[in-house]
Amino acid sequence: MSSANPGRSTATVSDDPAAGAPGGASSADPDAFLGLSKEECVELLREMIIERRFEEKAAEVYQVGKIGGFCHLYIGQEAVSAGSISPLRDDDYVITAYRDHSQAIARGMTPNAVMAELYGRVDGCSKGFGGSMHMFDKSLNFMGGHGIVGSHLPLAIGVGYAIRYRGGDQVCLCFFGDSVVNIGAFHESLNMAARWKLPVIFLLENNRYGMGTDYRRVAAVKELKDRGRAYEGLTSLDVDGMDVLAVRQAMEEAIERGRNEKTPSFIEARCFRYMGHSMADPMHGTYRTREEVEKWRSDDPILSFTRRLMDAGRLTEEEYKTIDREAKEIAEESAAFADRSPFPDPEALYRYVYSDGYPDDMRRRDAWRKELR
Amino acid sequence: MAVLTYREALNDALREEMERDDSTFIIGEEVGEYDGAYKVTKGLLDQFGEWRVRDAPIAELGFAGLGVGAAMAGLRPIVEFMTWNFALLAIDEVVNAAAKMFQMSGGQYNVPIVFRGPGGAALQLAAQHSQSPEPWYSYVPGLKVIAPATAKDAKGLLKSAIRDNDPVVFIESEIMYNLVRDEVPEEEYLTPIGKAEVKREGSDVTVVCHSKMVHQALAAARTLEKEEIDVEVLDLRTVRPLDVDAVVASVKKTNRAVVAEEGWPMCNVGAQVVDDIQREAFDSLDAPVARVNGLDVPMPYAKNLEKLATPNADHVAAAVRHVCYAD
Ligand SMILES: Cc1ncc(C[n+]2csc(CCOP(=O)(O)OP(=O)(O)O)c2C)c(N)n1
Ligand SMILES: [Mg+2]
Repeated sequence: MSSANPGRSTATVSDDPAAGAPGGASSADPDAFLGLSKEECVELLREMIIERRFEEKAAEVYQVGKIGGFCHLYIGQEAVSAGSISPLRDDDYVITAYRDHSQAIARGMTPNAVMAELYGRVDGCSKGFGGSMHMFDKSLNFMGGHGIVGSHLPLAIGVGYAIRYRGGDQVCLCFFGDSVVNIGAFHESLNMAARWKLPVIFLLENNRYGMGTDYRRVAAVKELKDRGRAYEGLTSLDVDGMDVLAVRQAMEEAIERGRNEKTPSFIEARCFRYMGHSMADPMHGTYRTREEVEKWRSDDPILSFTRRLMDAGRLTEEEYKTIDREAKEIAEESAAFADRSPFPDPEALYRYVYSDGYPDDMRRRDAWRKELR
Repeated sequence: MAVLTYREALNDALREEMERDDSTFIIGEEVGEYDGAYKVTKGLLDQFGEWRVRDAPIAELGFAGLGVGAAMAGLRPIVEFMTWNFALLAIDEVVNAAAKMFQMSGGQYNVPIVFRGPGGAALQLAAQHSQSPEPWYSYVPGLKVIAPATAKDAKGLLKSAIRDNDPVVFIESEIMYNLVRDEVPEEEYLTPIGKAEVKREGSDVTVVCHSKMVHQALAAARTLEKEEIDVEVLDLRTVRPLDVDAVVASVKKTNRAVVAEEGWPMCNVGAQVVDDIQREAFDSLDAPVARVNGLDVPMPYAKNLEKLATPNADHVAAAVRHVCYAD
């Protein structure tokens, strides 16, 4: 049996970057909008715009030193987060890597809580302990932001295991980047998920680069989705990750498989990150050209969806402007909120090391710091 | 009281806790149909079924991480490593995921998980299968690290570990599974994590030890009795958190200490204990603290060389004489 789903190959990205950005044709009927109402479509667009404006604000405040450490922006990939998280139920689970601000917001975290986390303040979603790479919100089943490449895939199958264990019909959506297909944890996880039928949706965001490494330079496979072929019972497919409806449709089908048949899916969403790998890196340079970046930007997921909605009479110029203005206000307010939020108090240092209190012997070894006695 | 082997005591602990709490499951290589590589999980598959006793592929990183994710989703996994040597493939999930999740998430996701399996050398298993993992894990805030020496402690501590709401590294011993047997209460009991126990009272020297070295220390104490040296054997039982109060109290009584463990000397548990003693009981010491440990080499295969590299009761006795200025 072939584990790859033969019916759904919506790849539109050429392997040759010089050949240009994806054409945008998806298997979704462009006029049907997957049966979504006008309002639902506008919500999807609003979600993407809020994510975009938020990240732009994060970049701005990072430059003036409000945010520390690594800060990986999601700009350009919004169709993937919005398209994949929107069809989930509240009791489903989401887990991701360090490029996690937009996914957190898409899952329902307030931009205020995400920005306060970036600022390292008490009102951050992780109370200032996680920062950019470690957004968590247990009330939303948003299980983090993880910083070790590939290492959260085993966690995702553990969530899938817990779902099956309890006989539930939830799914666990797990985001990761293109570099992950080459790490052992990826294969260990896909294997166990397929073998034991764990309802996990492995969502690969192929933004073509892992830091400065083009995926084709390090993966001994042409189509990354083919990495899933080794696992019987796993449905592997690819999708135009610049097209929010295409992502959403692929996800809806994967969710169905997960809920009903308990089988996992592996979706390669082909997309592009506009910014550098992190705020410390340039947008283009030694590993990719300005032209390549410009080419992908011209097929921007927000612009193209906006155009599609307008063409179909589902959005007016006026409405778009209002959404965009509000998104900018939300981003501005998040920064103001984060600025007002206090830093964690020093006692918090010991609060979350163990859930039953900080052991006395450990505290005594810190006694050389007189102020902590 | 029944006399049980270390292995039987662990098996009882697993069964009792799995009966008590149906969110507890065990995953690892050969834990099910094969009854466990060392038979610690014997009979559990038959009693609890495959979702609760899961035979895993040889994918330590993957199934250790599976445990962490399941714990975050509300289950209480017990991850068995066939031995701790193989757990090195999974150390990322133990250190970067399990140990840090509670803090990284601002106190939202605690990780109630037990990672367990045998550590230390057995007999002529050579370098890759003969090493003591305690220091690798006890270095990490967020982990609790337990290494029991008796069947009674093994059972009581494993039960406590399974009920604990934080990640626990539970280090057993291939050699002790069969050789160690002692009286285990019939009724339910829990042994507290983080509490040392005086295994033999004495007034002249404190030997601080854990796991296999407890038995070497007790043997040394019997030898030294004839030389009129009265040795106190303090079994740490848990190496993180470490019962500094018990160490200090004992050293204040005896004024001399030997710290003994099986593993390599550099940055090991004993190195930390020596620091705790000098920091909190310096004025009570009548002699510098002596250390006994494995020699600082990868474990060789040849029988004579392995013997040379492994600490034994004679080494403990010699160290005790040394701190008593009796050598
Ligand atoms: C195991 C591991 N190795 C290296 C790194 C450093 N690192 C962080 S992100 C990254 C690139 C990952 O690229 P990809 O998976 O494609 O995700 P993207 O950044 O494109 O979202 C590297 C090498 C890491 N965090 N973890
Ligand atoms: Mg990438």
